[in-house]
Amino acid sequence: MAAPKMDPMHQFQIAPLGGGELEASPFIFTNSALWMLVVLGAIVLFMWGGMRRQLVPGRWQAAVEGLTGFVDNITRANIGPEGRTYLPWVFTAFVFILFANWIGAMPFAIIPGAHPFTVTSQFSVTGVMSITSFAIVLGVGFWKHGLHFFSLFMPKDAPLALKIFIFPVELISFLVRPFSLGLRPFIAMFAGHILLEVFGNFVVQGINAGLDGSAMGWAIGALSFVFVVGVSALELLVGAIQAFVFALLTALYIKDAVHLH
Amino acid sequence: MELASAQVIGAGVAAIGVGAAAAGVGYVFGSFLQGALRNPSAAGGQTATMYIGFAAAELLGLMAFAVAMIILYAPPAA
Repeated sequence: MAAPKMDPMHQFQIAPLGGGELEASPFIFTNSALWMLVVLGAIVLFMWGGMRRQLVPGRWQAAVEGLTGFVDNITRANIGPEGRTYLPWVFTAFVFILFANWIGAMPFAIIPGAHPFTVTSQFSVTGVMSITSFAIVLGVGFWKHGLHFFSLFMPKDAPLALKIFIFPVELISFLVRPFSLGLRPFIAMFAGHILLEVFGNFVVQGINAGLDGSAMGWAIGALSFVFVVGVSALELLVGAIQAFVFALLTALYIKDAVHLH
Repeated sequence: MELASAQVIGAGVAAIGVGAAAAGVGYVFGSFLQGALRNPSAAGGQTATMYIGFAAAELLGLMAFAVAMIILYAPPAA
C-alpha cells in the first residue's frame, strides 16, 4: 500500500473562507483572519474574567494579575520607571504571541472540519509586529534625542580611529534587529509544527504498516506517538519562551532609544 | 546532478547549523546553571540576560532552518 505523500507545508497555507480566490482581492476573510479573531476573543475573555477588581483575588484574577505583573516587571527592570509608558505595546505583543502560539498548538483538529491555524507561523504577522516595535524605537529615539539619537551607534570613549569602524557595524546590527526579532517567533512556530506534522504522519504510516502485518510498524507508530506528545509539551514551552523573548528584546531596544547607553 | 537531489543534499547540509545552534543553546543554559548554583542569590536577576543569550544563539539555528526550507521548497534556481 503506497502511503500518500506527506505535505508538511499544507498547514501553513492561507486559504479564503467561504469561497472566492485569494488572488481575486487582497481583502478576503481567510483562515488566518479567523484564527486571529479566535486569539483576540480568547485574550478578551481571559482579561475580562480577571478584571473584576475584587479585594481578595480569586484564581482567575490572580492569573491575570500574574500575567500583567510579569510583563510590567519586564519593562520596569529593563527600561526603568518610565517603562510604564511602553507597557501597552510590550504587553500587547507578549499576550498576542503567547495566545497565538498556544492556540495554534491546541489539537482542535480532532473536531472534524476544524483546521486550526497558527497565526504566528506567518512571517507577515510577526514581521509587522517587529516593525511596530522598531517604529516605536525610532519614534521614541528621534523624538526624545533628535539627531543626537545617532550617538547610539558611537561608543563615547572610543578613539576616533575605532569609531570609524564601529559606526557601520553598530548601524548594521541595529538595522538587522527588526528582521531577527520577527524571524524568531515565526521560525520557532514554523519548525515546531513541521516537526509535529512529520511525526504525526509517522504514527499513521506506522499503524498502517502494522495493520499490514509488520511488527516494526507498530513499534515505530508507538515511538512516534510518544515523541509527538513530548514535542507538543515542548511546543507549549517554546511558545511561552518566544513570547517572552519578543517582549524582552522589545523592552531592551526601547531602553536603548530612551537612555542612549 | 538532478536539481531535486541537489536540493535535498543542500537542505541536509544546511541542517547542520541547527545542531550547532543546539550546542550553543545548551552552552548558554549550562553556563547559567553553573553560575547560578555557585551563587543562587544572584541568579534571579540574571535570567533576562540568559534569555538574551539564548535568543542570540537560537536565532542562528533558526536561520539555518530557514535556509534549509528555502532550498527545499523555494529554490532560487527553479
